[in-house]
Amino acid sequence: MTGRAAANASVPARFKPGDAVSVRRAHPPGHIRTPWYIRGHRGTVVHALGPFANPEELAYNRPGLPAQPLYRVRFRQREVWPDYVGNEADTLDIEIFQHWLEPAGGER
Amino acid sequence: MSEPHSHAHEHHDHAHPHRHPPRPDTDDTLGHFQIMEIAVRELLIGKGIVSPDEIQRAIEAMDTRGEALGAKIIARAWTDPAFKARLMADGTAAVRDFGVDMGTTRLFVVENTPTVHNVVVCTLCSCYPRMVLGLPPDWYKSRNYRSRTVREPRAVLQEFGTIVPADKEVRVHDSTADMRYLVLPERPAGTEGWSAERLAALVSRDAMIGVAIARTPA
Repeated sequence: MTGRAAANASVPARFKPGDAVSVRRAHPPGHIRTPWYIRGHRGTVVHALGPFANPEELAYNRPGLPAQPLYRVRFRQREVWPDYVGNEADTLDIEIFQHWLEPAGGER
Repeated sequence: MSEPHSHAHEHHDHAHPHRHPPRPDTDDTLGHFQIMEIAVRELLIGKGIVSPDEIQRAIEAMDTRGEALGAKIIARAWTDPAFKARLMADGTAAVRDFGVDMGTTRLFVVENTPTVHNVVVCTLCSCYPRMVLGLPPDWYKSRNYRSRTVREPRAVLQEFGTIVPADKEVRVHDSTADMRYLVLPERPAGTEGWSAERLAALVSRDAMIGVAIARTPA
C-alpha cells in the first residue's frame, strides 16, 4: 500500500520547511489521501519527509512512480474551523503529497 | 489492561452515555469485507502463496505487540538522552533496538512538552503504530473519534479525562499517509532517579496515542 521510493524515480521537491502552502481545492475521484476538510486551506510546511510512491496510483496496483515528495504541513485550527473552540495557538499537522500543494501567496 | 486504564474508561462511558450507544452484536453474520477476506485468504493458501502456519504466526506476532512494548520505548527515552535524540530524529531506526520492524511505514515520534500536547488520529481510516502498540482500540477506529478529534480535540480529550490547560497548545496529528505517530508523553514529576523498568509502568497505550498523560506515581 505504501512505500518509500528511490530518489531518482521521484518528482523534485518544490517546498521546504517554513514555506507557506495551500492545499488544492480539487475533488478528483479515486483513492485520495488528502482529507476533504483540509482542501483549500493554508498552512506551513514543518517537515519534508522525502519521496513516497503515490498512493493514488498504488491503490490501483500501479507502481506509483514518479514518487511524490511528502510533507508534514501545520495548519492553525482557527484557520481550518472559524468557530474552533480552544487556544488560538492550537494546530493540526497533516501529511500531504506535493501534487496537492501550491505556494501560498501573500493574500489574506 | 491495568486498573487505572479501565477506570478512566468507565468514567468516560458513564459521563457520556449518549456518545457511545451500544453496538449491536454482529458476530452471527459475515459482512461483505469479512467474506472477501476469507475468500482472498483461501485463494492465497490454495495457490501456495502463504501457508496457514504463516498466517497464524503473523496473527500471534501482532497479538504480542501492545502497550508494554511502547512503554519500554518511552521509558528508555526518558532515561537515556542519546536514545531519545535518535528516537526523535528517526523513530523507525531507533525502535529497531527493540526488535521493531516498521515495515513499509515510518515511525514519527512527537514529544509532549510543558507548552504542547500532541494527540493522534487517522480521519481517513485507522492508521496506527501497530508495530509498536499492536491493534488499535475500537474507539480509535470509530467515526466519532475520527471526525471529532480534528474538529474539537479539547472536548474529546476532556471525555478521556484529559484537561489540557487553555494556555497549552493542542496539536492534532492526522495520520494520512506513510508516517505512524507515537506520542512521547511528559515524564511525571516525582520520578527522579527511577529505573526505566519502573517508569514503564506509568506509560499507558492512551498516553502514547495522546488522549491521556502518563500516570503519576502513587
